Amino acid sequence: MNVELKKVELKVNGATHVVEVEPRTSLLDCLRDRLLLTGAHAGCEHGVCGACTVLLDGVAVRSCLMFAVQADGYAITTIEGLSPGPGELSPVQDAFCEAHGMQCGYCTPAMILTAHALLARNPSPTRAQIIEAISGNICRCTGYAQIVEAIALAADRMRGQNLPPDRS
Amino acid sequence: MKPAPFEYSRARSVEEACALLAADDGARLIAGGQTLVPLMAMRLARPTRLVDIARIPELAYVRDVHVDDPQLHGREEASGEGKAAAVAIGATTKQAVVEHDALVRAKVPLLAKAMPLVGHDATRARGTIGGSLANGDSAAEIVLTAVTLGATLTWRVDGRTEQAEASQFFLGPMVTALPPAACLLEARFPVWSEPRVGTGFHEVNERHGDFAFAAAAAQIAVDGDGRCTRAALGIGAATAVPLRLDGVAKALQGTRCEESLVRRLVAEALAEVETMADLHASAEYRRRAAITLAVRAVSDAHRTARRA
Repeated sequence: MNVELKKVELKVNGATHVVEVEPRTSLLDCLRDRLLLTGAHAGCEHGVCGACTVLLDGVAVRSCLMFAVQADGYAITTIEGLSPGPGELSPVQDAFCEAHGMQCGYCTPAMILTAHALLARNPSPTRAQIIEAISGNICRCTGYAQIVEAIALAADRMRGQNLPPDRS
Repeated sequence: MKPAPFEYSRARSVEEACALLAADDGARLIAGGQTLVPLMAMRLARPTRLVDIARIPELAYVRDVHVDDPQLHGREEASGEGKAAAVAIGATTKQAVVEHDALVRAKVPLLAKAMPLVGHDATRARGTIGGSLANGDSAAEIVLTAVTLGATLTWRVDGRTEQAEASQFFLGPMVTALPPAACLLEARFPVWSEPRVGTGFHEVNERHGDFAFAAAAAQIAVDGDGRCTRAALGIGAATAVPLRLDGVAKALQGTRCEESLVRRLVAEALAEVETMADLHASAEYRRRAAITLAVRAVSDAHRTARRA
């Protein structure tokens, strides 16, 4: 079957890209193969493992369960778009390093983006809420304990960020 | 790229979506795609064309449907002056929107209780109410809730609007009464007008958010003495389509829903019912789990109704 390519305009990490893709190209494949943003990982590619998580308008979604042709008009954020500047880390990335929230690193970009989405809507999540938020992301190394700890640490730091020095 | 090739069209209206479906036997609707895309990735579904209805604005809403609504055919729930008889949810309303909707929480508490169990945050962000209903998986919490409460589903096909009650809509495993060229429009969930209503929803699965092996949903209204005045009970995942246990619900009226009574009634109701078996769970396990989950769901519903 010869299918015509579709032109789609994607806004990724603040930059606009125009790509021509087959309709069956997942957003994940488009990000990785066309835009060379390989931080979104291909795991199961049918919506179970969560490794491909990206943010659409700040909300965590699975980029393997969406076609690139459906993604125009959204602000897409990948792990590459989180760092505030070259050589710097976002508070969540920093907390993952400090709390040893990763081992092999395969699930890590997705875990961090999921944590960002959680903390954007709930700055003070309980342990149960953190566990619930990452329940759709599979990690086969850590046993999750340090990931939960890292997200709690990031939440704590981000809450303190805008306080005057004597209160932080 | 895992799916087979297909063409992609974005419909601007329901009529356009229906026309695109009618023009191509292999065409299918997509909105959130959270079930369809995995099926396509495994090539269990091979649509020749996807018709995207996710951005048709008039299909996404949650609203009260009042007694005086001419589209409401004198349902029994339509009693009480000025009271909403149903909550209507547009087919492409995102599951995450329904999960956090104040109207749903206040008026269709069983649906509000079921929503956090539907997949995960990341799938509810894209998945829609109508997508889950049209897919018709017995293990889907939204499907079980629709059957238990007797929701009405409405669709558009060939320029006509048709509807069916949920128990008539789900025909078999992932088989519904929806014609191939139809576009689901909305689901209406009846609102119970009783002042003291409680709910219970229980399921077993491998991981929170995964497909359930067995599930049970219950909604119960009680009087001032804690006696059940009205009950709705359904089981899902264990059987090919969710089952509403109307006989049990009727027998519970006037009782205090004692555990031993509920267990006996549900066991009797399921005695002759065929349950499903697969690698994860045997038919006998599913029957036992369904009975126990139904007991727990009724117990939760009765307890929360008494406190309401």
